[in-house]
Amino acid sequence: MSIVATYLSWALLVLGGLLCISGSVGLLRFPDFYTRMHAASVTDTLATGMILAGLMLQAPTWIVLGKLFMILVFVLLTGPTAGHALAKAALHSGLKPLLPGKSGVLEADNKPSGGV
Amino acid sequence: MKIQTLSLGVLLVAFWALNSGLFKPLMFGLGTASVLLVLLISSRMKVIDSESQPLYLTKNIPGYYLWLLKELVISNIKVVGTIWRSNLQLQPALATIKMDHLSEMGKVIYANSISLTPGTVTTEVTENSITVHALDKSSIAEIKSGEMEARVRKLDK
Amino acid sequence: MFTTVTIAVLVAMALALFRAYAGPTLYDRILAVNVFGTKTVLLIAIVGFLMGRPEFLDIAMVYALMNFITVIGILRFFEYSSPGTSANSETVKDQ
Repeated sequence: MSIVATYLSWALLVLGGLLCISGSVGLLRFPDFYTRMHAASVTDTLATGMILAGLMLQAPTWIVLGKLFMILVFVLLTGPTAGHALAKAALHSGLKPLLPGKSGVLEADNKPSGGV
Repeated sequence: MKIQTLSLGVLLVAFWALNSGLFKPLMFGLGTASVLLVLLISSRMKVIDSESQPLYLTKNIPGYYLWLLKELVISNIKVVGTIWRSNLQLQPALATIKMDHLSEMGKVIYANSISLTPGTVTTEVTENSITVHALDKSSIAEIKSGEMEARVRKLDK
Repeated sequence: MFTTVTIAVLVAMALALFRAYAGPTLYDRILAVNVFGTKTVLLIAIVGFLMGRPEFLDIAMVYALMNFITVIGILRFFEYSSPGTSANSETVKDQ
């Protein structure tokens, strides 16, 4: 394997790790469920993609490469589906999203927004 | 034999080869038998059609994926920037956006693409509208501008 | 060098686990478990490379599928139980 591929792979892995931590920090910092969901989708998409792409560059055989690619496809396909199911279930159960009110401060109950 | 049966068969063989990686006669025989069995069962279930194997998308989908990847990177940078900002000034929004008629497949691709990009999540899809929760108001305006919708519509043809 | 990435993923998993513990609503917990599951897939894949045994990828693949089915299963279960019992007791007053 050429030296360029090695460096590129490490760069992708480290960036992916940083994105992973960013997503989790967002999960802790954001104020309500709906905003936390956006932080979670950072880890679902680019962090997973970068780490798996970094591993792909170091794959010893074609089989390993193919399996890494399949995992990536699974995660990218199931991520939005699970996210949508969660958001829909939360909205239907009556969990109100925080929205900026008149004064610009986030509040949960600024008039029911036109029936779910 | 339909073209969809053939494409499903090729897909299953590729899937088996990637998972197994062993090509001894016994393994090969078992793999062939299971691929044929799956093909038989799914044709009896009548699930082999252009909905499960949307081959008409093949021509335009690589370009769409590249564009979606670009959008993914841009919106990831935006959301990560928001996460690390020291004072959290969020302007989340929940909005219902009208859209013109799309085919069933088009709607699925559109809603999933919106959910996949960080910062926006689809919560409801109806015949001619789509409800989106966004981390920032600007993302709603971006969806309303209709660039993604136009690209999805191009896929349908 | 794989060790660094492993530690990064482990830290992220710990943070997600804290959100699963802190709640406050049911959906926050499910979301945190989902994130935790995605990270587990990554962890298994990286540890496989760290130990020089990429056969671990099979386990990672099964875990990716299981993670999705877990979330959908839990949501199905709570969708048909009485709404808002422990999910969001403070906002359930209207409706």
